[in-house]
Amino acid sequence: MEYCNCFESPWPADELLMKYQYISDFFIALAYFSIPLEIIYFVKKSAVFPYRWVLVQFGAFIVLCGATHLINLWTFTMHTRTVAVVMTTAKVLTAVVSCATALMLVHIIPDLLSVKTRELFLKNKAAELDREMGLIRTQEETGRHVRMLTHEIRSTLDRHTILKTTLVELGRTLGLEECALWMPTRTGLELNLSYTLRHQNPVGLSVPIQLPVINQVFNTSRAVKISPSSPVARLRPAGQYMPGEVVAVRVPLLHLSNFQIHDWPELSTKRYALMVLMLPSNSARLWHVHELELVEVVADQSHADMVKQIAKVAVALSHAAILEESMRARDLLMEQNVALDLARREAETAVRARNDFLAVMNHEMRTPIHATIALSSLLQETELSPEQRLMVETILKSSNLLATLINDVLDLSRLEDGSLQLEIETFNLHSLFREVLYLIKPIAAVKKLYVMLNLSPDLIEHAVGDEKRLMQVLLNVVGNAIKFTKEGGISVSAFVAKPDSLRDPRAPDFLPTHSDNHFYLRVEVKDTGSGINPQEIPKLFMKFLQSQPLATKNSGGSGLGLAICKRFVNLMEGHIWIESEGLGRGSTVIFIVKLGIPARLNESKLPFLHKGPGNQVKLIFSGLKVVVMDDNSVGRTVTKGLLVHLGCDVLAVSSGDECVRAVSYEHKAVFLDVSMAAVDSFEVAVRIREKFSKRSDGPFIVALTGNTDRMIKENCRKVGMDGVILKPVSVDKMRSVLSDFLEHGYLVESQ
Amino acid sequence: MEIVGQLQKQFVDFSTSLNHEGFLDEQYLQLQKLQDESNPDFVCEVVSLFFDDSEKLLNNLATALQQQVVDFKQVDAHVHQFKGSSSSIGAQRVKNMCVAFRNFCEEKNLDGCLRCLQQLKHEYFLVKNKLETLFRLERQIVEAGGTVPVIG
Repeated sequence: MEYCNCFESPWPADELLMKYQYISDFFIALAYFSIPLEIIYFVKKSAVFPYRWVLVQFGAFIVLCGATHLINLWTFTMHTRTVAVVMTTAKVLTAVVSCATALMLVHIIPDLLSVKTRELFLKNKAAELDREMGLIRTQEETGRHVRMLTHEIRSTLDRHTILKTTLVELGRTLGLEECALWMPTRTGLELNLSYTLRHQNPVGLSVPIQLPVINQVFNTSRAVKISPSSPVARLRPAGQYMPGEVVAVRVPLLHLSNFQIHDWPELSTKRYALMVLMLPSNSARLWHVHELELVEVVADQSHADMVKQIAKVAVALSHAAILEESMRARDLLMEQNVALDLARREAETAVRARNDFLAVMNHEMRTPIHATIALSSLLQETELSPEQRLMVETILKSSNLLATLINDVLDLSRLEDGSLQLEIETFNLHSLFREVLYLIKPIAAVKKLYVMLNLSPDLIEHAVGDEKRLMQVLLNVVGNAIKFTKEGGISVSAFVAKPDSLRDPRAPDFLPTHSDNHFYLRVEVKDTGSGINPQEIPKLFMKFLQSQPLATKNSGGSGLGLAICKRFVNLMEGHIWIESEGLGRGSTVIFIVKLGIPARLNESKLPFLHKGPGNQVKLIFSGLKVVVMDDNSVGRTVTKGLLVHLGCDVLAVSSGDECVRAVSYEHKAVFLDVSMAAVDSFEVAVRIREKFSKRSDGPFIVALTGNTDRMIKENCRKVGMDGVILKPVSVDKMRSVLSDFLEHGYLVESQ
Repeated sequence: MEIVGQLQKQFVDFSTSLNHEGFLDEQYLQLQKLQDESNPDFVCEVVSLFFDDSEKLLNNLATALQQQVVDFKQVDAHVHQFKGSSSSIGAQRVKNMCVAFRNFCEEKNLDGCLRCLQQLKHEYFLVKNKLETLFRLERQIVEAGGTVPVIG
């Protein structure tokens, strides 16, 4: 539809109105275009604007409105249809957008309003937090002050310093006018003014302790507000000014005497000091709770802490000292240990080397010597010219001497390294003495000396001990007596030592013990010989020393004799010493040894006196099945006879194979001769062991050897043998060996 | 009874002298201890065994030393056996002689060995003689109705 709203003339009478409308439209359009531009500009500037979409809408609305008004400008004059169309379009669009915007705004505006309320809320919150921050900061400051104060207190141990520091710091922290400390007197009846903050020299004021205000303060651990006019607060001459609020608090005093290291005492002590704090008078300050708390804490800390700290430091110091000491001692010990270890290893090496040497020497030296002696004695029996006889005699004497020397040295070294063990068995004591006398009678006769033997009647006939070594000692002593006696004679007496006569005052460490199956044999050998200078006596028992005046050409011996005697006597838990009244007065050698009394059970004394089978013995071993292996028929028969005599059921074999074959579960013991040339007894032992799954099922394996070499013992042990016996085996020895096995399950003395 | 006493004394003296002269040592005494009612001839048996064994060994030794090339190891083995049996019986001097003999064997000294063999034979016969005398004395004592004393 076309219509035209045109006027005839461009400027009719209403021309002015028209003009105004035209101009207004123009300006409206302008404004309408510029508003969105402004908005866009400012929104771009600001980073935060959530409603862009709204803005766009609003912008569009405005722009369209502006467009409408702009287009309106053309409609004042004659305009084409196009313009009308455009106008219409614009108006329509504007209408649409405006409605849309209006609808939109219904949503938006409440939102925008709420944003505003939220903003207000946050602002309030921020203000609150600010306030709280302030509070916390002040508290922290206070805490810091307390810590600093306690640190100051702790850092010194001096009571005065502590208290002074307390006052100073408190004063500074709390901004006090005055701070004073009243200490109790020794009597405890008064409080003396001891420290003040401002006044360096307290006048020496004192108040009685029983004031009610003081009691009030002492009865609580809190800080108490007191009146400024109370006696403890009146520190300045009265009338000068009115002080501010005053607070008093008790300070517990601990005595170090109440103090135990592990037991921090409770503050139940009644001694307190009084601390008085005054606020400045010219300020309107009041005591705040946190300030009071600060005061309480500090008061509590100061003294208690000081004492605790003293103790802690003291303990720490002593610990440190002890620790250092112990570390030093430990280092020293370690050094010593290392040195000792080294020394021990060296000593062991030396001993091992020596033992090896001796082991070799033992065999190597003895054999030729024995051969020499044997042959020389045989030579003596043949037809010899007097010269030859003399020569042979000399050879024999020298060889004997050498043999003795070797034996002595070997014995002594074995004695020294403690490897010598006594061969204990029952023997006839009386016959031992008789034998010794029998041996020296010829020599004594040659020198025309008498020999007397006196055996006490209460001396038992049989004793238990090492017969061979005892004889050696006796022979040595008697031999010496003869040697050093030129005329007269020697007398040998033997008796059972009485308990009181056992103690020799010169040997305080000889403490004989008594028991029912032992007794002490005391032997005195007295000679009428040349005597000994009493000062020389101690040297006599030392190795290799010959006392000069006595060393004559005739005195042979290496000087070891007495030393060996002493060692043997000591081994027999006894003691030996010499008494002499001096040169030319003769001398007496006395020794005491411990011997056993033979028990009546296993040992039947009968075999020594008459042929007795020892029936009880046979019963113990009766039927005991054993195997004997020896390729030497004589030896085999002897060993078999020995075991049969003891009641065993003996199977004798001559070869290793036979032995291994024959050994069964029934056999309790196997005796292997290890000196056989053709058979390796060690191998046999191993094979026997292998035959039985458990060692306890198999028999005891014992080696018989004539060789005293220690290597044999070692080898026997290595192959698993249970013992080694030295041939020739006596009946008693075999009996004791069997008893040991049956009783203990192992050989007690492997001799 | 006097005869018995005399014989017994003779026996004791002889035994003691044998011991002191080194012909027999304690081992022989041990052997005597093994003789009892259940084994009345033990010593005699062993000694006879010894005699047989020794004579065999002495023959073997003589043979071995007469070889063109002497096997000293073999000789030593024999001597070792002899040493063993003589020491089991208590024939001390025989045993010592064996020791000397073994030394010569080690040194492979033929002359020495031969000389030793001679001396060994000598010693052996000596001790055999003595033992036989001893047994004879014992028999006499028993026949005379006494008991053989034991040297303790």
